[in-house]
Amino acid sequence: MRTVRRCSGNPRLVVTDQNCGFPPALQMTQELTQNRITDLFTRKSERLLNVYFTAGFPALNDTVSILRGLQAAGVDIVEIGMPYSDPVADGETIQQSNEKALENGMSLKTLFAQLADCRKGTDGDPVTVPILLMGYINPVLQYGVEKFCQKCQEVGVDGVILPDLPLDLFLDDYAPIFNEYGILNVNLITPQTSEARIRHIDKESDGFIYMVSSASITGSVKGVSDTMQAYFERIAAMNLRNPRLIGFGINNHETFDTASNYANGAIVGSAFIRHLSEKGTSAESIQAFVQTIRA
Amino acid sequence: MQTTLEPQTSFEVSDKGFYGHFGGAFIPEMLYPNVEELRQNYLNIIADPAFQAEFWQLLEDYVGRPTPLFLAKRLSEKVGGTVYLKREDLCHTGAHKVNNTIGQILVAKRLGKKRIVAETGAGQHGVATATVCALMGLECIVYMGSIDMERQKPNVDRMRMLGATVVPATSGSQTLKDATNEAMRHWINNPVDTHYIIGSVVGPHPYPDMVARFQSVISQEVKKQLLAKTGSENPNYVVACVGGGSNAAGAFYHYLNEPSVRLVAAEAAGQGVTSGHSAATTALGKPGVLHGSRTILMQTEDGQVIEPYSISAGLDYPGIGPLHAHLFESGRGDFYAITDDEALQAGFQLSKLEGIIPALESAHALAALEKMDLKPSDVVVVCLSGRGDKDLSTYSKYL
Repeated sequence: MRTVRRCSGNPRLVVTDQNCGFPPALQMTQELTQNRITDLFTRKSERLLNVYFTAGFPALNDTVSILRGLQAAGVDIVEIGMPYSDPVADGETIQQSNEKALENGMSLKTLFAQLADCRKGTDGDPVTVPILLMGYINPVLQYGVEKFCQKCQEVGVDGVILPDLPLDLFLDDYAPIFNEYGILNVNLITPQTSEARIRHIDKESDGFIYMVSSASITGSVKGVSDTMQAYFERIAAMNLRNPRLIGFGINNHETFDTASNYANGAIVGSAFIRHLSEKGTSAESIQAFVQTIRA
Repeated sequence: MQTTLEPQTSFEVSDKGFYGHFGGAFIPEMLYPNVEELRQNYLNIIADPAFQAEFWQLLEDYVGRPTPLFLAKRLSEKVGGTVYLKREDLCHTGAHKVNNTIGQILVAKRLGKKRIVAETGAGQHGVATATVCALMGLECIVYMGSIDMERQKPNVDRMRMLGATVVPATSGSQTLKDATNEAMRHWINNPVDTHYIIGSVVGPHPYPDMVARFQSVISQEVKKQLLAKTGSENPNYVVACVGGGSNAAGAFYHYLNEPSVRLVAAEAAGQGVTSGHSAATTALGKPGVLHGSRTILMQTEDGQVIEPYSISAGLDYPGIGPLHAHLFESGRGDFYAITDDEALQAGFQLSKLEGIIPALESAHALAALEKMDLKPSDVVVVCLSGRGDKDLSTYSKYL
């Protein structure tokens, strides 16, 4: 697997402005190693639903059953939180789920062990939905960045979101490792991100761009304001080469709809964590949640 | 090692904000515009003659600088060296913290900010921030761990009296680390009109460098004062306590490139380095990322941050500033782990020998003297970073 090199998980790149310095004959190889996320966006570009949950929450061994529940309910991408003691970009709901998951004994090692067989289907229905891991850089550094990427590839994780690893540090230090294992690094933009920086992020990103809906931490926003809509319109008009998903403050059908009008879909996090706490983790409960969002 | 991690020989911060392997700006995109605005402007703002005039005037007339450099004769006899105390405890508000808050509030005003947010552990930085906000008429919000609010009630009252809103941080261990998380979250939620006054040489670049520059007045004065008293501006040792490390950064700053001057850092060992109740970061930590910079960090094998412990709330922090991590790794600094008991003894000793009640933080620096095997000819400058009034309730338990 390690011999497959790719400059990008985005197949469009192969035929456009970059070819990683490989001769044309080799470019076919890259297209064969499709990433589930880039593949998804070639098939579907509207109303995509990405749902976040914290690994090991509410109970340590809930991770894979929640993942399967979300797949069965038809979500397009599953984002699994790697719990951290100091999640500065997260609000109370996700913080508390992180604390609980750590109390339960969750770690990267345990998470990879839990995910080890889900793609193979030897422990239940095969998991085919694209998987992102979301978390903070320090646990990844302690695990070892290369070992982390290798494990992601091994268990079938398609990409990561590491909010406290800014793009420039990623490009300086880690991009070649991520590329080697075909792991996407999803970057965030916010209403305060300058146009020049958005262009830079768009150029250096693959998979999709995570649009943070407002200046906020997770779970702290209620509804979609006029200011937010103006920001969504501004970004939509930029014709970025990457698809966009909107997150933060997406908590019901109405906000999912609005976000989907301006982007390729949306990300739901805190609302789902609250739902798991209040309504349980059964497949039916997850199905019901996803239905209310999609309606 | 990766490209940004090339070792440097210099102790100055690199363009990307690194000291050797440590530093940088590991921040979520939500904070990028704020931190970038600060990074692009802080050096120009500080260099501006009008800023300099206002800063120095306030340090002189409001803070009461220069602070004295006092030859502690009886303490010197006791510990064996020639010990000078840099009296930061005589600064307005009772500690060195105000040097930094004066500098940062002037920067915030020039950036057009309307509101200040800060974190505090013992409350000294919170008080220093509330003080300058009152002085400048800016709104002030201070996050403080709810456990620290109980431990340091007088400082909570002082902040409130100065007009600040004190918000309890109820997450995690409810101490300084969590107050810092909450202050960062507040900043994420209020990015345009708010400036975050970090109280130590921690956080994303350019904070460690900016705070060190404002605190560097300490060693700038020491050099001049020591020259007048001894004929040389260089001592053999400069000793300071390190939690995040702002008073140490200030006391070391103008000696960083003077290899004949040993830089001595006293960390809090709490109940003992191996007791499981400690804040001795360099003894117990490994490289990692916390609060926006790569530094040495107390953490589990899985990279989860360990809750530190010290009798001194100001040293109760699981990391150290990236400059100090670099001093440790490069061997430029000597790091001592001082237990609660050793610090208490040093605090009582200074009180009786010199009539000065030190803050428990500063008492850790004094306790390091006992471990240094000093000769009478050794000239030692100890940064007495704060006064002990705030710690009386702790001291009184051991009277």
